[in-house]
Amino acid sequence: MISSIFSQLFQTLLIVVLAPLLLGWVNQCRAWLQNKRGAGVLQPYRVLHKLFHKDAVLADNASSLFRTAPYIQFACMVLVASIVPMVATDLPFAAAADVIALVGLFALARLFAALAAMDIGTAFGSMGARREMLVASLAEPALLMILFTPALIAHSTSLTTIVEALAHREFVLYPSLAFAAVAFAMVALAENARIPVDNPATHLELTMIHEAMILEYSARHLALIEWASAIKLSNYSAIGIALFLPWGIASAGDWNAVPLALAVLFVKLLLGGAGLALLETLSAKLRIFRAPEFLGTAFLLAVLGMLMLEL
Amino acid sequence: MATFTGQLINFLAALLLLIAFAMLSQRRILSLIHLFAWQGFILALSTTVVAYSTHQPHLYYSAFLTLVLKAFLLPWILHRLIIRLNIKWDVETMINVPTTMLVGIALVIFAFNLAAPISQLADTITRSTLGIAMASVLLSFLMMITRHKAVAQVVGFLAMENGLFFAATSATYGMPMVVELGIALDVLVGTFIFGIFFFQIRETFDSLDIKNLEKLKED
Amino acid sequence: MVLLSKPIMDSLTAILFSPLPIDVMLGVIVLWIALGVLGLFAPLSLRFVGHVLFPLGAVGGLILAGAGLIGMAARPETAVLVLGLPGLPFHLRLDALSAFFLVLLGAVSAGISIYSAGYFRKDEGTSPGMHGLLYHFFLAAMALVMLADDAYLFMVAWETMALSSYFLVTSNHKVPEIRRAGFLYLLIAHLGAIGILLSFGVMQGGHGDYTFATMRTSHLSEFWASATFLLALFGFGAKAGILPLHVWLPEAHPAAPSPVSALMSGVMLKTAIYGLLRVTFDLLQTQLLWWGVLALLLGLLTALFGVMFAAVQTDMKRLLAYSSIENIGIILVGIGLTLIFHVYALGALAALALAATLYHCLNHAFFKSLLFLVTGTVLHSTRERSLGKLGGLIRSMPWVAWLALIGTLAMAGLPPLNGFVSEWLLLQAFLATPSLPSSYLSMLVPVEAAAVVLAIALAGYVMVKFYGVIFLGQPREARLATAHDANWLERIGLGWLALGCIALGLAPVFVLLQLDQVTRLLTGHTVGATAAQSGWLFVVATTPEHASYSPLLFLLGILALLLLTFVLVRKLYHGRMRRGPAWDCGYPQQTARMQDTAEGFGQPIKQIFEPFFRIERQMPSPFDAHPHYQGKAEDKLWYALYLPIARLVERISLKMSTLQHGRIHIYLLYSLVTLLFLLLFTR
Repeated sequence: MISSIFSQLFQTLLIVVLAPLLLGWVNQCRAWLQNKRGAGVLQPYRVLHKLFHKDAVLADNASSLFRTAPYIQFACMVLVASIVPMVATDLPFAAAADVIALVGLFALARLFAALAAMDIGTAFGSMGARREMLVASLAEPALLMILFTPALIAHSTSLTTIVEALAHREFVLYPSLAFAAVAFAMVALAENARIPVDNPATHLELTMIHEAMILEYSARHLALIEWASAIKLSNYSAIGIALFLPWGIASAGDWNAVPLALAVLFVKLLLGGAGLALLETLSAKLRIFRAPEFLGTAFLLAVLGMLMLEL
Repeated sequence: MATFTGQLINFLAALLLLIAFAMLSQRRILSLIHLFAWQGFILALSTTVVAYSTHQPHLYYSAFLTLVLKAFLLPWILHRLIIRLNIKWDVETMINVPTTMLVGIALVIFAFNLAAPISQLADTITRSTLGIAMASVLLSFLMMITRHKAVAQVVGFLAMENGLFFAATSATYGMPMVVELGIALDVLVGTFIFGIFFFQIRETFDSLDIKNLEKLKED
Repeated sequence: MVLLSKPIMDSLTAILFSPLPIDVMLGVIVLWIALGVLGLFAPLSLRFVGHVLFPLGAVGGLILAGAGLIGMAARPETAVLVLGLPGLPFHLRLDALSAFFLVLLGAVSAGISIYSAGYFRKDEGTSPGMHGLLYHFFLAAMALVMLADDAYLFMVAWETMALSSYFLVTSNHKVPEIRRAGFLYLLIAHLGAIGILLSFGVMQGGHGDYTFATMRTSHLSEFWASATFLLALFGFGAKAGILPLHVWLPEAHPAAPSPVSALMSGVMLKTAIYGLLRVTFDLLQTQLLWWGVLALLLGLLTALFGVMFAAVQTDMKRLLAYSSIENIGIILVGIGLTLIFHVYALGALAALALAATLYHCLNHAFFKSLLFLVTGTVLHSTRERSLGKLGGLIRSMPWVAWLALIGTLAMAGLPPLNGFVSEWLLLQAFLATPSLPSSYLSMLVPVEAAAVVLAIALAGYVMVKFYGVIFLGQPREARLATAHDANWLERIGLGWLALGCIALGLAPVFVLLQLDQVTRLLTGHTVGATAAQSGWLFVVATTPEHASYSPLLFLLGILALLLLTFVLVRKLYHGRMRRGPAWDCGYPQQTARMQDTAEGFGQPIKQIFEPFFRIERQMPSPFDAHPHYQGKAEDKLWYALYLPIARLVERISLKMSTLQHGRIHIYLLYSLVTLLFLLLFTR
């Protein structure tokens, strides 16, 4: 009992603390690929530190919803981090929320983000909220369908059980997981405001989605949101790794396997981050109305993955 | 080991289907050709695996043939063709992509159900791939229907042949060598003829859009 | 005392001192009728009708809900009322199914009644007394529909329900659109009633006995059972708003006063679901597979249709009406799934799907009533129903805004509120479908699940639009800044419904345990024991390894993290804050008109799902001095189905009108010919 609580705290804190590092790594890789020097992998920490120290400026008509939303987003992402197995499958809190609740958590965070964006009543805020909800309302079902494929294989919607089943069973190649993996990559790009759908580095009025939503935030609120999106990226990476490359994850109670699992995890994350940067560098941002097509494709691929299970 | 190779073939079959879907959702002709090349490559790979697991040496030859012809030669020819014709970029599809994909899913369900009784009769290790092979044939057919440009249709036609070939290897461990050589030759010659046709079409209509062919109808 | 014989005395004392639930319910129904009639004595007194009668009605609702809870656990009870026609008394029966829906009616109507107590104003169409009469008759009729145990009482109650709600819808009858909406509603309600009547006619199977008890024992052939099912689906579907019989819903709901819309959407639609369940699972002894497939497909279409149209609406009540269509679609999907599992004798799964369905009925009743009541308050304090003119109300109406947020989150299907629980259960039922024997079906079901999930996700979009445009941003009209908040009676009503949303979301295990009797009655299996196997904290779908969800822990987790983050940020850093003008990328000029309107917010959906709409656009030309844009997304079905039928009817009646001459002899001749004809054939 004590050991599983420790495992829970350890993994959650691991994601929360290291999430900016992953983001920094992705940005660094991107810079290298674009022949730039880059700001270093620790840059996100510096940004967070700076933002937390600043005085918050709030728009005159901001309601309390606007001030609460960053905290809610952050709490939701940390909660997600506490049900996604990264190092070991020993997560007692995972019993409280399965993959459907996980998608619900993402949706909850996003809903508050969108509502907060509409709160001030600026043109960009509501535009960002609308676009975000558009992308989300197509990405969310796709994500759920993607998660259902391994759920059907493992006969469980609990993420820890799924990972346990996939990682420690006799090696089986599942064709449907190939579909799910491709769809997952597409959804992950869209949900984390990465390049083919959104550009995290832009403040061009007409192309931004996520950035448009958080224009009015500053200081600690902004820091929380930035941190939450870094955690979101880590969460998605963790889900992807757990579902499609689960090998090496430690079983419940198996503390000897943890150091190895940690090492394997770091390698996977390093490669995954570099892969993400490569993908972003190679592709161009889609027009906003191509994004539904992109996500629709992901959605249908996920459905196809579920169909392949029947074969 | 047999189960592992079986799984591997299943997996490759799924990749084939994935590529068929990717082709369906692809607007660019250049990417279409790349996808076609990958399809040929995976086809060759799966044939090799079948050959290895069933100890049928003649399948190695056909795998080699597939690799050379479908992964390299034909894509190269097509590539040359589109550079000469200067049509590397976007092609508008007839129906929008999500709808096409939905129809595609319906076709997949249909194919899987159609193949289910047949594959229950078969005793080959790869029997469950029959449905996938059938689905990719149907999907290629769908792609031919929904494209305007003649080049895309030729790619669709070749992809359909890939599906048929895959069906043959998976259901019956391949056809006799003579038949396969014949088909390979046919496909090659067919592509050349298509190439000649393209130039003819373009000379006549100044475009490769096949809706121009409607004008040929006698009134 | 001597005059009364002993048995009557005994039963009287029994009723008075240890009443059966059914007696209590009859008492509540009598109370409601009495309250309605009492209102006529002082029809113009807002104080009497509003502050005395409606709160009493709410108490009646609570008693009904309590009696229903007891009735759900008890054995079925029957009663015979010697009202009705001579030799044709009213039969009543209270079993778990009706008790469940009576709980729904009682609990939700309690909130709506108490809200109504503070809602009615002078000079709004019908007088308060008349309103009270119709309102309470409406409630009583719905309760009787659920208690009826013969087709006769059922139809009488059903028609009373339709008529009283028709008059409630048209209470502001001076507006032509409202009269038109009311007419459409009445027309479709009657078409549906014919369907229901016919299905009862088929089920009694020539016995001439219209009690449900006889129908249960009559064994119909597959053909006639299917005919009954289709007729019932048509009839109840017309009331529930299943595609393509949904057209009245978006017209009638906005036309009615908000408490009535809440009652119609929250409760009346559920009477149709009740009827469908009663006929399909209780009265009919055989169920066929294709019924389930049909219900599944229809439900799916209805859900997707509803949510897409909800996304493009610009009237807040129409938006909610379309979202009701969506939810009815999801409920129908649940019924379809239950049927499929039931036919394949997968009892436990059928029970799971049914529990999800019933749970969603309950949830929808709570959150949709809440949101409709919210629109009522907004409407009263702003006189504005169009989303294009609202905005920023969270600052002037904080109570309503925060209560509405609960309803919004619940309807968007977000944990840990109630909408999520039923959707979770439904998805778990979907995930069990690979165990189906038919390969076509088990392949179709993932596609269906995908579509249901899409509908649920789009509901999130709709809810952001609803909440964001009404309550957030800058007020789009200057007078909105002075809008007043809900009065205390309204707050109680809204608070009660919001509390229901939270409670149903946090305690799913208790709810599922209560549902056991209903699922046992209809499918022969239960879910409560399964759900509670990991204790009351965790709800379990099949086995704990398979899936579990604990809303309470979930909520505690979020709250703890919120608090922790807040305290840490404050402790480690600071809480300094300044106010300033909004930044907006440095654009100097910002007016409320630059925000997204409701139309703008719905535009992407209009664009993506364009084939589903009939869109009329008016584009300005580049040289317009006063550019004007208008885009209307209309229902294709209205043009493809209803107008042709209307034209056909018109043409036929034109033909028939040639029979009209105005000469009395000819009319007498018609009568004579008819008489001779009948005599000839009934010799």
